Amino acid sequence: MKIKTEAGERHVLAITVDNEAGVLAKITGLFTARGYNIESLTVADISSDHALSRITIVTNGPPPVIDQIIAQLERLVPVHKVVDLNDAGEAHVEREIALVKVAGTGEKRIEALRLADVFRAKVVDTTLTSFIFEITGNSDKVDRFIALMRECGLVEVGRTGVVAIARGPEAL
Amino acid sequence: MTEMSGADMVVQALVDLGVDTVFGYPGGAVLPIYDALYKHPTIKHILVRHEQAATHAAEGYARSTGKPGVVLVTSGPGATNAVTGITDALLDSIPMVVLTGQVPTTLIGTDAFQECDTVGITRHCTKHNYLVMDPDRLGPIMHEAFYIATHGRPGPVVIDIPKNVQVATGTYRVPEKIEHQSYRPQVEPDADAIATAVAMIAAAERPVFYTGGGVINAGPDASAALRQLVALTGAPVTSTLMGLGAFPSDDGKWLGMLGMHGTYEANMAMNRADLIIAVGARFDDRVTGRLDAFSPDSKKIHIDIDRSSINKIVPVDLAIVGDAGRALDAIIAGWQDAGHKARDLGEWWRRVDGWRATRCLDFPEKKEAGADIMPQRAVKALFDATRGLDPIITTEVGQHQMWAAQHFGFSAPNRWLTSGGLGTMGYGFPASVGAQIAHPDRLVICIAGEASLQMNIQEMGTVSQYRLPVKIFILNNEWMGMVRQWQELTYESRYSNSYSDSLPDFVKLADAYGWTGLRIDNLGQLEDGIQKMIETPGPVIVDCRVAQLANCFPMIPSGAAHTEMLLQPSDVTGTMDDEAKALV
Repeated sequence: MKIKTEAGERHVLAITVDNEAGVLAKITGLFTARGYNIESLTVADISSDHALSRITIVTNGPPPVIDQIIAQLERLVPVHKVVDLNDAGEAHVEREIALVKVAGTGEKRIEALRLADVFRAKVVDTTLTSFIFEITGNSDKVDRFIALMRECGLVEVGRTGVVAIARGPEAL
Repeated sequence: MTEMSGADMVVQALVDLGVDTVFGYPGGAVLPIYDALYKHPTIKHILVRHEQAATHAAEGYARSTGKPGVVLVTSGPGATNAVTGITDALLDSIPMVVLTGQVPTTLIGTDAFQECDTVGITRHCTKHNYLVMDPDRLGPIMHEAFYIATHGRPGPVVIDIPKNVQVATGTYRVPEKIEHQSYRPQVEPDADAIATAVAMIAAAERPVFYTGGGVINAGPDASAALRQLVALTGAPVTSTLMGLGAFPSDDGKWLGMLGMHGTYEANMAMNRADLIIAVGARFDDRVTGRLDAFSPDSKKIHIDIDRSSINKIVPVDLAIVGDAGRALDAIIAGWQDAGHKARDLGEWWRRVDGWRATRCLDFPEKKEAGADIMPQRAVKALFDATRGLDPIITTEVGQHQMWAAQHFGFSAPNRWLTSGGLGTMGYGFPASVGAQIAHPDRLVICIAGEASLQMNIQEMGTVSQYRLPVKIFILNNEWMGMVRQWQELTYESRYSNSYSDSLPDFVKLADAYGWTGLRIDNLGQLEDGIQKMIETPGPVIVDCRVAQLANCFPMIPSGAAHTEMLLQPSDVTGTMDDEAKALV
């Protein structure tokens, strides 16, 4: 017997929660306990009184599973609101920051700098044998930049994961 | 607004919240609360013999009264022993508040004596939990915890209280009105959805009501509303294990329980229906059988207070989020306002009667006095002997539980206490303790298996201490019967570790605890034995020896559809494939 899996689609969820100890564990634990995927997760305090945090989760699943994820999140006591940013078509903006360290000399070093310029990546640190680039964009752009850097002496990457917000004047 | 210790605040909050009973066990990290309880004789503390039993007793109290059960245990092993009962309450949506002691805040995280990460461990088996770090927060948290445990879909809430927070002083505050910032369960159903439901029910030719524990949780008025709506529409009713009692079993519209060990007529009606009205039920795998064959030709209405239950397993055509009782009331009002009359469902009822004619709950038995007692017969005899006594029945988990569900009739809610979702062996006896505490003058019977009973048998001491007249009726077949039945069906009768070896002499055990012990060996002794149990004051344990190899039928084998029920042992043929074996 083989275990079957179902194909899914990518969704970005924005969740506001009480900024309390244990809330993040509650949410990530819900995903592991019920077998949902997390592609990326970001969290930070967003209110002036530090009472609310915003979590952005990129997840993957067939539509009924996405609906179930939202329903399960909504019934957690410290969760205020869950919005599926993919619900309004593609009408949202996603950004991610990566810090990319490339080491090397000669032609590879020059090529790295040239590609960084094409991607509008900033140089935030340099030595004679290395650069650290800062690149901002959607995950695809960051992925492509990192793939190119692999050919140019990539040694280390740090990524923030996706933050996202809906387009237009309305708030979450 | 008086300054008092955290421990006094806990007890004051219990008093203010109307709590009359706490089930618990003391230990180092809750001593301050126990000392505060000593000074408050209005709150009755029931000292159990194991913390798991405290949680099940609290569940029994809650299910038989509709009020939240309250548990008080110490840190570390006290808390971990409570986890099974907390999870049981989560799966069956039972309101419960569990107070756990914790090591002082200064020692948290140091692997201190009797320290465990209680909020971490219980995070996913509670509806919500708290670690209280400041005595000033105790008042609001206690009140909020009871609110969360009892509002919306009920469930267990844990409050973990470090010992120094119990000793430190602060201000006890009672929130004027609990309006939680983010937790706002939807109770009132949507009016448009109700109107659509009324029209769908009025148009249905083959409707079935499929009701669950949500109707019980919504209170006795919801059961009354269900009866009224069924009378108005003339449709048949089936129920999950959790929902038994919401609709009277002696009513002609009753099909019996549905699902794996449900009746043939209930499962066939679900399969052939053109409309299913699910009320406070959650399409559990024990109910649906094989999903792609579940009720293929029906429209489905799902009433549930928990939005996440809707479309979780079976996609439905109409979702109504709200309290089951309010939704049923609204449908009744809508039905009457629209001037609907019950449709002629004669053709549908003729088909139901055809399925009923299989007499699926019949079982083979010998009638002479010296014959082995069939377990089904024992349950039927118990039911017959207690008619009119309005007993509260609890069960353990296994074959005896299913036989009780099939053969014991209930005509009112809150009389049937069983572990449905988690299927916890060891639940029934302590649950009967909680029910008996809440109803000192009622007849409370735990229908048990000899294996399950041993999982919390230490509670015989609790029963003796509080002089509770609990009756334990053991269907003793010397097997973990349901395990053996599955081994028979799935593993060619390789009975791996399912024999109940080295059983105690239950009659002598009763004697040791100061109970009355009775033994029933054959059919001729059954009725007299049951009568003697009922008439004997105080706690009684009945060791009723039943036919050892009887199996529970009818049955939907794993991976099969409602239409593929095994009605008799002779229907069992062939061996199971791996796909079916992998299902629970």
